Amino acid sequence: MMLNMVQALNQALRQEMEKDPKVVLLGEDVGVDGGVFRVTEGLLEKFGPQRVIDTPLAESAIVGASIGMAAAGLRPVAEIQFMGFIYAAFDQVVSHAARLRNRSRGRYTAPLVIRTPYGAGVKALEHHSESTEALFCQIPGLKVVVPSTPYDAKGLLTASILDGDPVIFLEPTKLYRAGRQDVPEESYAVPLGQAKIVREGDDITIVAWGAMIPPCQKAAESVENGGVFPEILDLRTLSPWDRGAVLQSVKKTGRLLVVHEAPRTCGLGAEIAAHIAEKAIYDLKAPVGRVTGQDITVPYSKGEEYYYPGPERIIRGIKKIMES
Amino acid sequence: MIEQFDPIKGERLQILSEAGSADPKLEPTLSGGELKKIYSLMVTTRAADIKALRLQRQGRLGTFAQSLGHEACQVGSAMAVDRKDWVFPYFRDLGTFITLGLPLKNYYLLWMGSEDGNRIPDGLNIFSVTVPVATQLPQAVGFAMALRYRGESAAVVAYFGDGATSEGDFNEALNFAGVFRAPVVFICVNNQYAISTPVSKQTAARTIAQKAVAYGFSGVQVDGNDALAMYAATREALEKARSGGGPTLIEAFTYRMSDHTTSDDASRYRTKLEVEEWSKKDPIERFRAYLNGKGLWDEPFESRINQEAEDLINRAVEEAESTPPPPPEDYFVHTYKDIPSQLKDELADLQDFLKEGSR
Repeated sequence: MMLNMVQALNQALRQEMEKDPKVVLLGEDVGVDGGVFRVTEGLLEKFGPQRVIDTPLAESAIVGASIGMAAAGLRPVAEIQFMGFIYAAFDQVVSHAARLRNRSRGRYTAPLVIRTPYGAGVKALEHHSESTEALFCQIPGLKVVVPSTPYDAKGLLTASILDGDPVIFLEPTKLYRAGRQDVPEESYAVPLGQAKIVREGDDITIVAWGAMIPPCQKAAESVENGGVFPEILDLRTLSPWDRGAVLQSVKKTGRLLVVHEAPRTCGLGAEIAAHIAEKAIYDLKAPVGRVTGQDITVPYSKGEEYYYPGPERIIRGIKKIMES
Repeated sequence: MIEQFDPIKGERLQILSEAGSADPKLEPTLSGGELKKIYSLMVTTRAADIKALRLQRQGRLGTFAQSLGHEACQVGSAMAVDRKDWVFPYFRDLGTFITLGLPLKNYYLLWMGSEDGNRIPDGLNIFSVTVPVATQLPQAVGFAMALRYRGESAAVVAYFGDGATSEGDFNEALNFAGVFRAPVVFICVNNQYAISTPVSKQTAARTIAQKAVAYGFSGVQVDGNDALAMYAATREALEKARSGGGPTLIEAFTYRMSDHTTSDDASRYRTKLEVEEWSKKDPIERFRAYLNGKGLWDEPFESRINQEAEDLINRAVEEAESTPPPPPEDYFVHTYKDIPSQLKDELADLQDFLKEGSR
C-alpha cells in the first residue's frame, strides 16, 4: 500500500495496539484530535480512552507516568508534541527512564517509546525546529531512532515498541508527508542498531539520518555527473549506532562526510569522526568532513536557509573532501 | 474520617495525645499484637538509623539521610499498606522499608555505595530509591494508572518531603492523579525543613494538605508523630483509592530531629530550643505510653525487642559488609536489556586494564 510517513506510523501504532493490549498511547492532543500531525488519528475511536489518553499539558508527567506504566508492565508510547518541548521532561528521561534498569539491577525497567517530531526546514515557529538528538545519544540506557522513509518509519516504530529499553523516536517533520512509498500491510520490524546503505558507491561515504537523507541523495546524483560515486548510509538508529557498517564503508571508500542538521559542536558527527579516527585513520585518503547545522539557535523561517544543510552545501562538502 | 479534618480551617488529625491517650472515637481497631508490632518496628527503625549514623562516622557507610523522628510517619503509614499495593519511597524512608519487610542488608548496602542494595527482592512491591526530589511522583501516578488499567484492586503510596511540593513534578503528578482519578496516596512528610529551607519559604499556604483542594481531591494534615493517626489516615486513603475513589494527599506534620544528611549541620539554621521543643513530642515515647496504658508494655518486652533489633541490625551490617562489590560486568549488562557491541568493547577494555593493574 502506498503510504506517507504519517500513515505508516499510524499503521504501526494501530497494529501493535491490536496485537498487544499492553500498548497504550498518551500525550497532548493524541486522542480526540488524533495528534497535531494526525499520527494517532482514529486510534481513540478504535481503542478507547483507556488506551489513547489525552493528557494535561505536562511533559514531565507524560514521560514520568509512562515510566511508571512501563515499570508496571505496560508498553506506553508517549508523544511529546514537538522536540522543542521535550526539555521539560528531560529529567524524567535522563534521570529515570535511562537509569531505572541499572538502578534496580534489572528488577524494574522502562520499555517505553517517546515519539516526537523534530527538525527544521518546515518554516515553523521558534522551538518547533529542534534537532537535539545528540543530547540523548550521550545518555547511557537510551536508544535513539530516526526513520527517513515510510517503510522504515513503520518497521522502526514497531521494533521500538517491542524493544526492552526506552527509545527516543524522532520523526522528521519535513518528511511526514514528503512522499509515499509501498509499505507492506502486515506488521514487520526493522531491527534497531542497523544502518542501511541507501546508495552504493566507491568514492566517499556519506553518513546521515532522518531529513538529511533526501538532500544527500540529491547531492549524490549531482556529483555522479562529475564522476564521483558516493555511498550513502542512513544510520536509522543513532544510539547505539552501527559502528560496523560505517567502518566497513569507510574502509572501502577511504573518505567520510557526516551530514546532520543538528549544530556542529558535540553533534553525533563528532563522535562518528572520532571513531573513524580511532579505528581507520590509515584507511583515509582525505580528512573527514562535516556538513551540519550552525552553532546558532535555529533561525525563524526567514533565516532557515542559513542554518539548514541543503544539497548545495552537501555538494560543496563532498567536493572539498574529493579535492583535498 | 479524613473529610472531618479540613486543612483550610487548620484542623489536624490526631488520635494519640502527646501523653499517649487515644481518642476513643478515632482509635483504629488493631489487635494487641499489631500495636506491639508498630512499637517494635519503630524501635527497630530508630536503632537501625542510629547504627547507620555510627557506621557513617566510622567511614563504613556513605552519606545518607537519617530518619530520626520520622518513625511514626513511616511505620504507621506502611502498616496500612497491603502486600499487593505498591510503594514509591523517597530517600528518607527507613521505617517504611523495615515495616514492608525489605531486608535491612539492602538498606545498608545501598548507602555503602552498591546498586545491589537498590535491587528490591522479588515479591516486595517497593520501587527503587532515587534522589531527584519529587521525580518519583509522576511515576507513581503512571504506575497507579497501569494497576487500574489491568483491573487490579491495588493502590500506590508515594512518599516525599515538604521541599518536593515546590517542584514542578509535584504539580504535574497531583494534577494528573486528579484528572485520571488514579489510585494513589501521596504522603508528604512535612518535617519542616528541606536541608536549611523552612517550610514557610517553600509555600505561602498554611498547610500542604490544602493544596489537594486545587487538584480536586481530599487532603488531610495528620500529626506525623502519632503512629495511630498515620495508620488510620493511610488505611482510609488506600481503601478509597483501591475502590475507585481517587487520590488523597496526606501531610504528615512532623520534625526532622537529625541533620538533613550526614553531610549537613542543622545547627547553622535552627535553634537548640526548637529541637528541644520537638523532642518532647517523640513518637516512640508517645506510643510506649499508649501501650503502657493498655497494659501491653513492660520492661521485659522492652528489653526483648531491643535485643531483637540489635541482633537484626548486627546481622544486616555483617551481611552488607561481607557482600563483595559488584563485578564490573554488572554495571555494563544492566544498562540495556541486551548489551550493545560498543559496551562489550568498553567492558573488555576495562577488564584488560584491571588485569594489567593486578600484574
